[in-house]
Amino acid sequence: MRYAIALPFLWLAVFFLLPFALVLAIALGTNAPDVAPPVELGFSLKNFALLFSDDLYVAAWLSSLRIAATSTLIALLLGYPMAYAIARARPERRPLLLMLVVLPFWTSFLIRIYAWMGLLAKNGLIDQFLRWSGIAENPGSILGTEWAVHLGIVYAYLPFMVLPLYATLEKLDTSLLEAAADLGARPLTAFLTITLPLSLPGIVAGCLLVFIPSIGEFVIPDLLGGTETLMIGKVLWDEFFTNADWPLASAVAICLLVLLVAPIALFQRQQARSLERRT
Amino acid sequence: MHAGPIADSIVRIEGLTKRFGAITAVDGVDLEIRRGELFALLGGSGCGKTTLLRMLAGFEVPDGGRIVIDGQDMTGVPPHLRPVNMMFQSYALFPHMDVATNVGYGLRREGVRAPEIATRVAEALEQVKLADHAGRRPAQLSGGQRQRVALARALVKRPKLLLLDEPLAALDRKLREGTRFELVRLQEQLGLTFVMVTHDQEEAMSMATRLAVMNTGRVAQVGTPHEIYERPASRFVADFIGIANILEADGGWLALRPEKITLSANRPDAANTVAGKILDIAYEGDRSLYRIVTEGNGTMVVSTTNIDRTQPASFARGQRVWLGWSADAGHRVSE
Repeated sequence: MRYAIALPFLWLAVFFLLPFALVLAIALGTNAPDVAPPVELGFSLKNFALLFSDDLYVAAWLSSLRIAATSTLIALLLGYPMAYAIARARPERRPLLLMLVVLPFWTSFLIRIYAWMGLLAKNGLIDQFLRWSGIAENPGSILGTEWAVHLGIVYAYLPFMVLPLYATLEKLDTSLLEAAADLGARPLTAFLTITLPLSLPGIVAGCLLVFIPSIGEFVIPDLLGGTETLMIGKVLWDEFFTNADWPLASAVAICLLVLLVAPIALFQRQQARSLERRT
Repeated sequence: MHAGPIADSIVRIEGLTKRFGAITAVDGVDLEIRRGELFALLGGSGCGKTTLLRMLAGFEVPDGGRIVIDGQDMTGVPPHLRPVNMMFQSYALFPHMDVATNVGYGLRREGVRAPEIATRVAEALEQVKLADHAGRRPAQLSGGQRQRVALARALVKRPKLLLLDEPLAALDRKLREGTRFELVRLQEQLGLTFVMVTHDQEEAMSMATRLAVMNTGRVAQVGTPHEIYERPASRFVADFIGIANILEADGGWLALRPEKITLSANRPDAANTVAGKILDIAYEGDRSLYRIVTEGNGTMVVSTTNIDRTQPASFARGQRVWLGWSADAGHRVSE
C-alpha cells in the first residue's frame, strides 16, 4: 500500500524532476557548437539575462500571452453555450453529445492541424467556396495569419473548455433556477445571478486548461501561423533546432515553466477550494 | 354545503389537467381555496399533488383548465410574474449567498430600495428566529435553520399565496412537531394563505384548515380535517386517513373507525354487536390496537385508549370477545 502511494512520486521524480534538473543544468551552461552535445556546463546566468534584454523574447512572450488569452476567451464564449446545451439536453442524449465533443481526439492532433492547412490555404476549400459563392472576390489566404492561429487553438482546445463547464453545469440543481424565477427573476437575471456564479469553478478550470497549453503551443503557430506570428513555443524550437543553441533554448523552457506555474497554482488552489466547499 | 363560488376565495382552479406523456398527473381538478386558510393537498406519491402545486407556482403549464389567483387568470403567466412564492422541499437556498442575501433576493428583483430591503430582511429573519445568522452561508446551517431561511425568503415578498412543498419532510421527527405549530402560528399571525403539499396525513390533519385528499390525479374529497375523518366520502378516503373497518351494510359500505367500537367479554347492550376472537394485539403506549376475526364481518380492528396506568391488559390473544358499536358510529361511504 505504501509503495503504491510512492509510485506516482517516483514517476514524477524520474520523468519530471530529473529532466527538469538536466534542462536547468544546460540552461546554466554555455553554447559550445564544436562538441556533442553542444553544451559546456557551468554556472552562468547570461542566457537568462539575454531573454530579458532581447526584444525578440519579450515580444514573443507578450504575443503568446495575447494569443492564448484571446483564444481562451473565444473558446469560453463558444464552449459555454455548448456545455449549457448538453447539460440541459435530455439525459439519454447527453452521452452522445459529449462523445461528439471528444470525437476529434480519435484522429491525431497533427493530422487535424494539417487538414486545417488544406482548408485555409489559398485555393483551399474555404477560399474556393468564398470565390464561388461570391461572398468575397479575392479573399486571400487566411493561412499564415494570426487569425488562423486563433482558429487552430480554439478548434484544438475547445473540448477542454466544454468538459469542465459541462461538469459544473450538469451538477447545478435546477430547483435553484426555479426558486430564482419564483422570487421574481427573469430568465436572464436568473442566469446572471445563479447559473453564472455557480459555474465559476468550471469557467476557471476550462480557461486554465485552454490557456496553459496554448501559451506554449508550437505546432499550431508553426503550421497555421505566418512568419509574423511570434509565439514562445516557436522561438524555443528555433533556438534548439535551427540555431542549435541548447543553453538558450533551455533557458526559454525554464522561463516558460516558471511562468506557467502561476496559473497552474491558481487552478489547484481553486480546485481545492471548491472541494472544500462541497464537504 | 355551499353551492357556487365561495365568497372569499383567493384561488379558483377549474378543470385543471396536466399530462406527462401517457400519464395524466392531474385530471380535471376543481378546487377553491379561501383567503387566509392553510390548505393542504394530501395524497400518496404520484397522486398529482406536487404537479398541482407546481402549476400554481407556474413551473408546469397545464394542458387544460384555468387557475385564477385573486381574481386574475394566471394560467399562462410565467413564475416570475406571479404573486405567489414557494418554499421548496429541498429549500433550494442559493449556496453562494449568505442568509440575508438569500432572503433579500426576491426584494432586489422587485427593485425595492436597499434600506427597505435591509429592514424587511431583518424583520423576516426575526420572524423565523434567525436574526443572528444573517451572515452565514446555507452550508453552515442545520437542516431546521435552512428550512426557516427558505420560509423567510418566501415570506419576505408578502405573497398572496405561499406554497409549501413537503415543508417538514426533510426534518427529523422531534423538530417536525415543533415546526408544525410554528408554521401554523406564522400563518395565522401574518394572515397569509398557505397551500401545503404533504404525504403525511398526521401533518395535514393537524395543520390544515381544510384539506383535499388526492388520488390518481383527482380530488377524492375536500373538507375540514374533522369532516374528512368522520365523514369520508369514499372507501378510498376512509381507508387512506387513519384506520377504517369497511363493512357491508344494506347493499352499501359503512366506514367504522376502530375507536368507535367497544370491546367486552360479554355481549354488550349496543345497536350493533358481533362476536370474535383476538388475532393480534399491538400495544402503542397511548392505545392498543386489536385485530379480531369476527363471525360474519371478517377481520376488524378495534382500538382502546390506555387510560389507567396501573390496570393490566384486559384482553389476551386468542380470547373470545364481543364488539359493539352504536347506530350512528359508522359513516356510509361510496365505492
